[in-house]
Amino acid sequence: MSDTRVAPAPASGPAPDSAKAVAPAPKSNQVLRDIMGGSVVISILAVLLALVAGGILIAVTDEDVQTASGYFFSRPGDTFQAIWVAVSGAYGALFQGSVYNFGALDFAKGIKPLTDTLTFATPLIAAGLGVGLAFRAGMFNIGGQGQMLIAAAAAGWVGYSFPLPYGLHLILAVVAGIAGGAIWGGIVGLLKARTGAHEVIVTIMLNYVAVYLVSYMLRTPGLLQAPGSNNPKTPAMLPTAVYPDLLGSSYNLHAGLLVSIAATVFVWWLLSRSSLGFKFRAVGVNPNAARVAGINVKNSYITVMLLSGGLIGIAGVAQVLGTVTTGFSSGIDAGIGFDAITVALLGRSRPWGIFVAGILFGAFKAGGFAMQAGQGIPVDIVLVVQSLIVLFIAAPPLVRAVFRLPTPGVARKKKPVKLAKAVAAK
Amino acid sequence: MKLELRGITKRFGALVANDHIDLVVRPGEIHALLGENGAGKSTLMNVLYGLYQADEGDILLDDREQHFAGPGDAMNAGIGMVHQHFMLIPVFTVAENVMLGNEQTKAGGRLDLNAARARVREISARFGFDLDPDALVDDLPVGVQQRVEIIKALSRDAKVLVFDEPTAVLTPQETDELMVIMGQLRDAGTSIVFITHKLREVREIADRITIIRLGKVVGEAEPTASNAELASLMVGRAVELTVHKELANPGDAALVVSDLSVVDALGQLVVNHVSFEVRRGEVLAIAGVQGNGQTELSEAIIGLQEKVLGSITLDGQSLVGMSVNAVLEAGVGFVPEDRNHDGLVGEFTIAENLMLDRSNTAPFVKRGTLQLNYLNQFAEEKTKEFDVRSQGIQTPVGRLSGGNQQKVVLARELSRDLRLFVAAQPTRGIDVGSIEFVHKRIVETRDAGVPVIVVSTELDEVVALADRIAVMYRGSIVGIVPGNTSRDVLGLMMAGEVPDVITTVDTDEVEGALL
Repeated sequence: MSDTRVAPAPASGPAPDSAKAVAPAPKSNQVLRDIMGGSVVISILAVLLALVAGGILIAVTDEDVQTASGYFFSRPGDTFQAIWVAVSGAYGALFQGSVYNFGALDFAKGIKPLTDTLTFATPLIAAGLGVGLAFRAGMFNIGGQGQMLIAAAAAGWVGYSFPLPYGLHLILAVVAGIAGGAIWGGIVGLLKARTGAHEVIVTIMLNYVAVYLVSYMLRTPGLLQAPGSNNPKTPAMLPTAVYPDLLGSSYNLHAGLLVSIAATVFVWWLLSRSSLGFKFRAVGVNPNAARVAGINVKNSYITVMLLSGGLIGIAGVAQVLGTVTTGFSSGIDAGIGFDAITVALLGRSRPWGIFVAGILFGAFKAGGFAMQAGQGIPVDIVLVVQSLIVLFIAAPPLVRAVFRLPTPGVARKKKPVKLAKAVAAK
Repeated sequence: MKLELRGITKRFGALVANDHIDLVVRPGEIHALLGENGAGKSTLMNVLYGLYQADEGDILLDDREQHFAGPGDAMNAGIGMVHQHFMLIPVFTVAENVMLGNEQTKAGGRLDLNAARARVREISARFGFDLDPDALVDDLPVGVQQRVEIIKALSRDAKVLVFDEPTAVLTPQETDELMVIMGQLRDAGTSIVFITHKLREVREIADRITIIRLGKVVGEAEPTASNAELASLMVGRAVELTVHKELANPGDAALVVSDLSVVDALGQLVVNHVSFEVRRGEVLAIAGVQGNGQTELSEAIIGLQEKVLGSITLDGQSLVGMSVNAVLEAGVGFVPEDRNHDGLVGEFTIAENLMLDRSNTAPFVKRGTLQLNYLNQFAEEKTKEFDVRSQGIQTPVGRLSGGNQQKVVLARELSRDLRLFVAAQPTRGIDVGSIEFVHKRIVETRDAGVPVIVVSTELDEVVALADRIAVMYRGSIVGIVPGNTSRDVLGLMMAGEVPDVITTVDTDEVEGALL
């Protein structure tokens, strides 16, 4: 009834229809949609910007740079020289620590950093997929920590308790882990569907519950604590339950990577080819229309949280059966549950985007240690870079402003409307 | 006051919403601005009211150039606006609303409510409104609330009044009364810009008509121009104004609703003991002013309402208590009244939206997997059949015009085997060409022997489509009358009165019924 449909809503005043035309979904949904609606270009530029900002931080905190800048006006070249040495050294070390070590004697040693990157990426990809899948159905799952801990506890318990034959033992342990994560996530979906509890609050609270539950079990003999030990730590996994090494014992890379790849393929199929994923996406974008179309929105919340928790469970499994097989303590989640949110955002909640983002973050983890060891640059710089990536992704207008990109809503969205009308007028 | 717009151009990115629009409104005339939804009428008025800044062009009042940085400037210059959705605060009294934004104070910063009351009384008396300055706006009927808006504009000495689609929320009687008020204002020397897309109102009251299409002025017309002339100027091609339909040939009752009540989330009885039946091959229109329980009634049939008492049976099968999915599976097609909110997923493609309510079973889903080849083929076929104009079936539905969006909804709902078709506000906010198409498909559905329910607040649409009309008022059905009942009678019923004699008109007289 009003003509303002295609116009951007004014900040105030009477354009009621434009407000009405946009589905009044919860604000958080809109934020999610904005973030996911960003293009690949924005993601790449955000990483680039974050690296530049990280470079500035490295330069400013470097002692040589500080010394050289003391006499900047007499010999400015020294300062730039020092900056170059600091930044290139840091990022060089980051690269050599995460992709290929040029100082190594042979190719087999040189390529080890890349396999480390993939090892670190394995749980990040799985957990990122879990968070991303929930995002697509309109849910903020920040309970990755809790879901990982419960999954790790379940998989670990199966892994060290029952002597079973090779193959079967591993499969059982993995299934137990996935089930543990799925149940922990499913509780959230159930509470949201039945009582309307907001998933953000429930997931945060369940993180605490999981942390203290697992800590308690680790301190209690007969539950998870290793017999004859006073440390809050489990026994080592039985060799039958451990993920086999993919490239032999000189590398850390384990078969968990294959599970993460399979999970990526599964989530891709789920979201773009399955009827279940179709419903998830409909619920995520417009729950009202989904409900009117006969889709059971509440059941979708439960199902997606089960699946999301299960995927994050795969990350927990990878930790106990792949990375730390000598028994684990309550820090086994290693912050992956939260990094997964960043990975999902950077991957724009697309399965293959998450896969690539997971590997990038794996590289940051692997390279960060090398950077600290080789150049004495605190590993915190890497955390700052990771955080800046999220910040830039969450603010596409900022990235567009820096690189002077056109606003997508204007050029891309409006044109087809006009063309469609021109056709209609004929 | 003479208002002149010269070469107003307003762009939103690549879209030119207003393209060099010239408009002159003389003192004491009602100037109708006629155009379809999206033609750029409201954008133009928002430029005039200072909400948008024009990229090019000038606004002149009495030949003096004006620069409005915001609505405040426009108001001070003597421009008043009566918004389509009232800008009133429901919990304030009439006087408080009128003084809002222009508060007069006594010593010590206390509000001078008495002055506002006096102002309300004075203006009310001038136009013969019977308005209590101390009444809460919330308690007033919609038509009276609109008068508060008018008084508010006049209290700031508006010499140019803009009415933005003022009749959309009114009953026919209230519309007639508004026409009288507009006439009075004109005679008192106020210049009026009247924005609408309803031809009948324009011809009734306007002194001159400017027609806007796709952001451009495409012509001026006199009120004596015929409906067909105006419509073709608006749409840009000749339009079929009447709905061609044969007399209904109804079969047995298919949908039987008896003693149905709906309680909403706030515990209010929004549908109150309603009973009716719909026969195969007839259109039952449910008429009424917006918010009288029609929405809840249609939602109850589809299974969207939680607390439903009474019975709804379709071909002997009870629908009460069934899930939405089960109701749809039972062969009920449903066009929701707000397609963006409830009917479509804007970010989904046309193809995906076409399978939105069939995401469980064959042919679209086999063994849990989407049948994308079938879907694409289906979408190509249906977009052709339903004349959905887009850049392909992978276009997100949110980028289509309202009319094309509605065609997608129709295509989805009408390509199943239906035993009942419920269309709520099927033509709200869509262009004339699409209205024509939608009405044609509804009549075709009826002729195929499907019982059809059309819920509409537009009396013209009701009269054009209905074989029988049920009029709702405050949750109850006032009466069920034949489709050719005269507008006066329907108007009275929409206000809750039951006339003693139901007068009918010859069906041939509904010329121009679409608009």
